[in-house]
Amino acid sequence: MEREPLIRLRGITKTYGNGQAAFQALRGIDLDIHEGEFIAVMGPSGSGKSTAMNLLGCLDVPSGGEYRFLGQHVETMSRDERALLRRHHIGFVFQGFNLLARTSALENVELPMLYRGVSQSERHKQARAALERVGLNGWEDHTPAELSGGQQQRVAIARAIVTGPALLLADEPTGNLDSERSREIMLLLQQLNTDNGITVLMVTHEPDMAEYAKRIVRFVDGHIANDTVREEVCA
Amino acid sequence: MIFNAFLLALREIRRNLMRAFLTVLGIVIGVAAVVTMVTLGNGATAMIKTQLSSLGSNLVIVVPGTRMGPGGGGTPPPNFKESDVAAILESVRGVRLVAPASSSSLTVQYMQSNLTTRVLGSTPDYFEIGNWKLANGRLFTDTEQRAARAVCVIGETVRKSLFGNSGNPLGERIRLKTQSCEVIGVLAPKGQSAMGQDQDAVVITPLKTFQRRLAGRQSQQGVGEIMTSVREGANTETVVNDIANLMRSRRNISGNEVDNFSVIDTKQIANTLSSTTQIMTALLGAVAAVSLLVGGIGIMNIMLVSVTERTREIGTRLAIGALEREVLLQFLIEAVALSSFGGAIGLALALGSSLLLTWLLNMPYLFNAQINLIAFGVSATIGVAFGFVPAKRAAQLNPIDALRHE
Repeated sequence: MEREPLIRLRGITKTYGNGQAAFQALRGIDLDIHEGEFIAVMGPSGSGKSTAMNLLGCLDVPSGGEYRFLGQHVETMSRDERALLRRHHIGFVFQGFNLLARTSALENVELPMLYRGVSQSERHKQARAALERVGLNGWEDHTPAELSGGQQQRVAIARAIVTGPALLLADEPTGNLDSERSREIMLLLQQLNTDNGITVLMVTHEPDMAEYAKRIVRFVDGHIANDTVREEVCA
Repeated sequence: MIFNAFLLALREIRRNLMRAFLTVLGIVIGVAAVVTMVTLGNGATAMIKTQLSSLGSNLVIVVPGTRMGPGGGGTPPPNFKESDVAAILESVRGVRLVAPASSSSLTVQYMQSNLTTRVLGSTPDYFEIGNWKLANGRLFTDTEQRAARAVCVIGETVRKSLFGNSGNPLGERIRLKTQSCEVIGVLAPKGQSAMGQDQDAVVITPLKTFQRRLAGRQSQQGVGEIMTSVREGANTETVVNDIANLMRSRRNISGNEVDNFSVIDTKQIANTLSSTTQIMTALLGAVAAVSLLVGGIGIMNIMLVSVTERTREIGTRLAIGALEREVLLQFLIEAVALSSFGGAIGLALALGSSLLLTWLLNMPYLFNAQINLIAFGVSATIGVAFGFVPAKRAAQLNPIDALRHE
C-alpha cells in the first residue's frame, strides 16, 4: 500500500462571501504532497494559489472537502488546534520577511522556540545552529535594519527551520530581492530540501524561481491546470 | 506559559523604551500626585495635632461672650471675677488646675528696640496648664503674684527682638507701656499655634501686676479668660458641662437665657481641625486619582495604537503558532508591566517630592505604607483594565489579514 502522504487534499473548495457576492477561489482541488518534495506553486493572480497557500499553512479552513496533514483532519480543527499544528510542524517564510524590528537576528530566530517552551540555553544553541545553517554566523547580534534584504530573508528562513518542521511554506520568498540575492535564497532552499530532507512548498509567479523546484503545480481559475514532476532541476 | 508571556512582554518593552516611557508618564504623574497629596495631608494633620498638644493637654478654656451666632450690639459680656476661678477649682470635679488670665496687646520696649506683643497676666499655675517650659531663669511665685511685683517672664520671640540673637535678658528691665518690669525668666519656644499665631510672642506677668499697672480700659478689668486643665482620666465633657452650669448660676443667667460666655474644649478643636484636614486630604487625593485614571486611558490609547502598528508582527506570531490566549496574555502583561513600572517610578517620585515639600513647608514627613500600596495596586489594576481591550483585539486578529496588513 502507498505511504500516507504528508499532505492530502481531496475536493477542496473555498468560497469567500455569500449570496450574490460569493466568490469561489478554489473549485475542487486534489493534491498529495509527500515528504522530501520541493514544490513550486504557480499561477496568475486570482488563480487561487494564495488561498491554497493559506489553507495548506493551516491559517484558514476550507469551505468544503478534506484536508489531512500527517493523517490529521485539518478541516475540523479549532483555531487553537491549527495554531499548535503550525507551531510543531510548519515553518513560514514570507515575501516581506516579517522579522521583529529592533530585535537581534538571534532573538528573531528564537521566537518560535519561546512558544514551544524551550529552555534558554537550548534556544541559544539551536538558534545559533540555524543561523549558521543559513550562512549567517557572526551576524547573530544584528537587527533587521542592519542586515541586507537577502540576509533578512536568511534570518526568516532560519526562524522557519529552527524547530525542524515537517513543511516549509515560502510565500514569494524572493519577491523583494534582486536576481543575485534571489538565486542565493533559492539555492539555500534547495539545499535544505536535499541535504536536510525538509519538504518545501513555495508560491511564486516567477518562472525562473520555479526552475529550482522538483515539481511544479500550476493554478488557473481555482483549478490545478497541470502538475509536472521535473527531471532536470536548475542548480 | 505565563513565564513565556512575561518574557515576550519584557522583550517588547525593552525594544521600545522611549515609547514605553511616554506611555507610562500619565501613570507616573498620577501615582506621584496621589501619594504626595495624601502624604502632605497626613503631615499637616500630624502637625496640627502636635501644635494643639503644645497648647497643653486636656485644656478647657472659659471666655466671656459667645463665639458664634449674631453678636448683637449691646454691652459686651462682663469679664470673670477672681472668685469665679476659685469656685471652679473648688466645686467642679475632675479639674486639676485653674488659672485666670487677662491679656492685651501692648508695646514692649528695651533700649532702642520695641515691639507690640501680647502681654498676659496670670498665676504661676498658668505655666503648668499651658505646658510652658523655662529655658532660663525662673518663674514668678504666688507671693510675687499677690504682691503685684513688677516682674515678667518673656517668650523666645520677644527675647530675640529686644535682646538680639544671643543677648541675656535676665535681670534687665523692660518697659511695658509706661511701667518698668524686671525680666526673671525666658520661656522655651513653642512655635506656631494651630491657628498660625506665634505662641512665643508673649510677655507674662503676675495677674495682679497686670490688673493694677497695665490693664487700662474697663474691658481689661477682672479676669479675661479662665484656663482649666482637666485631671487625667476625668471626663472632659462632664467638666465642660459642670463649668458651664456653675458659671450660669454665678453670672445669674436664668433658665432660658443664652450663655454670655463660652467653654472651649481644646481636644474638640483638635478633632475638628484634624477632621477638616483629613477631608482636604481626601479631596486632594480624589483629584489626584482622576489624573491616575487619565493616565490609565493613556495606556489604553497607546496599547490600541501599538496593536494597529504591530498588526503584521501579531500576524507573524500567530502564523508561527502562538495561541490566541498567548497573544492576549502577552499584551496584557505588557500593559500591566508598563503600568507597574509607571507606578514604581511614581512612588519614587512621590517619595522625593513629599520629602522636599514637607521640608520646605516645615511639616513632619510621615511615610504612609497604605497609600503607597493602594496607589501601586491601582496602577497595576489600571494596566489590566485598560490593557484588556487592546489585548483582546490583538489576540482575535485573523492571521491572514494581519500578515497582509501594511
